[in-house]
Amino acid sequence: MSGTTATGAASTPAPMVLAEQVTKSFGSHEVLKGITLEVKRGEVMCLVGPSGSGKSTFLRCINHLEVLSAGRLSVDGELIGYREANGKLYEMAPKEAAKQRRDIGMVFQRFNLFPHMTALQNVMEAPLRVKGLPKAKVEQTARDLLARVGLADRADYYPAHLSGGQQQRVAIARALAMEPKLMLFDEPTSALDPELVGEVLDVMKGLAKEGMTMIVVTHEMGFAREVADSLVFMDAGVVVESGIPSEVLANPQHQRTQAFLSKVL
Amino acid sequence: MSGPAAGSTPPLGETGPSSEPIKAIRLRHPWRMVFAVLLVLIFVFFVIDAAFRPAYDWPAVGKYLFDRRISMAALVTIELTVFSMVIAIILGVILAVMRLSPNPVVKSVAWFYLWIFRGTPVYVQLTIWGLISLIYTSIDIGLPFMTPWISFSTNAALNTFTLAVIGLALNEAAYMAEIVRAGLLSVDKGQEEASVALGMSWSQTMTRVILPQSMRVIIPPTGNEVISMLKTTSLVTAVPFSLELFTRSRDISAETFNPIPLLIVASIWYLFFTSILMVGQYFLEKRFSRGVGDRQTNKSDAGAGGGLTGAVPIVGAGQPTVVLPPTHDTPGTPGTGGTP
Repeated sequence: MSGTTATGAASTPAPMVLAEQVTKSFGSHEVLKGITLEVKRGEVMCLVGPSGSGKSTFLRCINHLEVLSAGRLSVDGELIGYREANGKLYEMAPKEAAKQRRDIGMVFQRFNLFPHMTALQNVMEAPLRVKGLPKAKVEQTARDLLARVGLADRADYYPAHLSGGQQQRVAIARALAMEPKLMLFDEPTSALDPELVGEVLDVMKGLAKEGMTMIVVTHEMGFAREVADSLVFMDAGVVVESGIPSEVLANPQHQRTQAFLSKVL
Repeated sequence: MSGPAAGSTPPLGETGPSSEPIKAIRLRHPWRMVFAVLLVLIFVFFVIDAAFRPAYDWPAVGKYLFDRRISMAALVTIELTVFSMVIAIILGVILAVMRLSPNPVVKSVAWFYLWIFRGTPVYVQLTIWGLISLIYTSIDIGLPFMTPWISFSTNAALNTFTLAVIGLALNEAAYMAEIVRAGLLSVDKGQEEASVALGMSWSQTMTRVILPQSMRVIIPPTGNEVISMLKTTSLVTAVPFSLELFTRSRDISAETFNPIPLLIVASIWYLFFTSILMVGQYFLEKRFSRGVGDRQTNKSDAGAGGGLTGAVPIVGAGQPTVVLPPTHDTPGTPGTGGTP
């Protein structure tokens, strides 16, 4: 469940994430125009592309922060946001949707830590309130997680007194506290000072090594090349190109990919 | 430039031209002085004049200022204020949360409440509450169109004080709801998203994440409302409830045929209470705006999420509000700007 088994990838048939013709419109503006892709268990996928290409929107669809306009999206074989019975789709009650989200961790560009809680309380909040686990156990797990992201000594600090990189690492620990089977990263280093990017990427590399399934929207091509198993280039709401990161980055096939990469690399 | 200390060293200072203080002849403002002197003279004239004007009847003011009936009435005014405000705040929070609820039924109920109670004058509402026993002679608990299980007379159940509190509280709740709603909306959207993404329910998100953070915005205008309520209590004569400060003073002056000194007495008491409240509000605002200063400096590096931390531990849950000493052992200093 927590994704600690590194080699669980090949043995199970159902992919962790399966998107089929995922479409999302805001009013008349179509942001996603039929995204089809698959993320295997233990896979690290990097989503890259110019801003406004729909990467973040797609990521937010995966944990139902945005509702699809068309298409299908399932995580771990389970349809997101809907229940299927007798060939009909039923909208999920908020409670059920919340239950699905528990297993999907999300890390935001702006960290979104709870400012009125210490780092430790931030990490403990969801396991305590959502899972209702005993406090002592939750605290122990939370301290372990903070140690894992290298912030054992910052447990009692409020977010305001942590650097951006430290805040983002707390945010990762907070997401991990729910023992997700899938982690979504929405430009996790874009709001950081350049010298703080490394510490966050290191934590993410560690996670990837432990076999966590991850979808990372990022502009860090170095990270994509080094850590990701697959790279998907999106533009204007469609998947333009995808493949093994080193190949796509070294030898982009599509003109739009070439144009984008020439600017960021 | 580290952590909370960042606020004390404004970055602008570094770019100042030279450290030598500027020596220049100060710009003069002669007219300010003229106006100030003029105003003081007018004021002194007014005071001297008032002191000798018989209509003010200062000896009577002194006599009634600490009259037992008056001080008791002042106490009742305080009671009315406190009871109504407590109910109004609780009800206001509930209404605000209802208005922001995703449930359209709940939302409409809150909207309807606001429409009624904010759309009619409080004086009219208080008068209607006073007549409630004419409209509903008894309060019945039970199923409609059947013999009630419990029934009691409205007049016996609700005295005028209770009616006054109900009238004031229900009216005020509508205004409190808007204040609380503004507070809730002031919390960054990312907070709700982060909470929801963790699998927290809507009510958990509200009570654990959004409400605590909205306090900084809610508290100052609520202080205003308390002061306003203290004065609005003078309207409960519409119920009619007559034991509060203003109505009591009017009643006494009706006996003495000497209204002016009693109006002054009432005003002095109101001013005394509002002054206390203003001092209290000053400290509350200071308490809850703490960190808003370093919110600005932090904003650049921490983004929206971190930036809002200005509010540091508002509810704190018994946590001491630690403003940690600047730590220099961290690689990243929060004072630096965050350009991606």
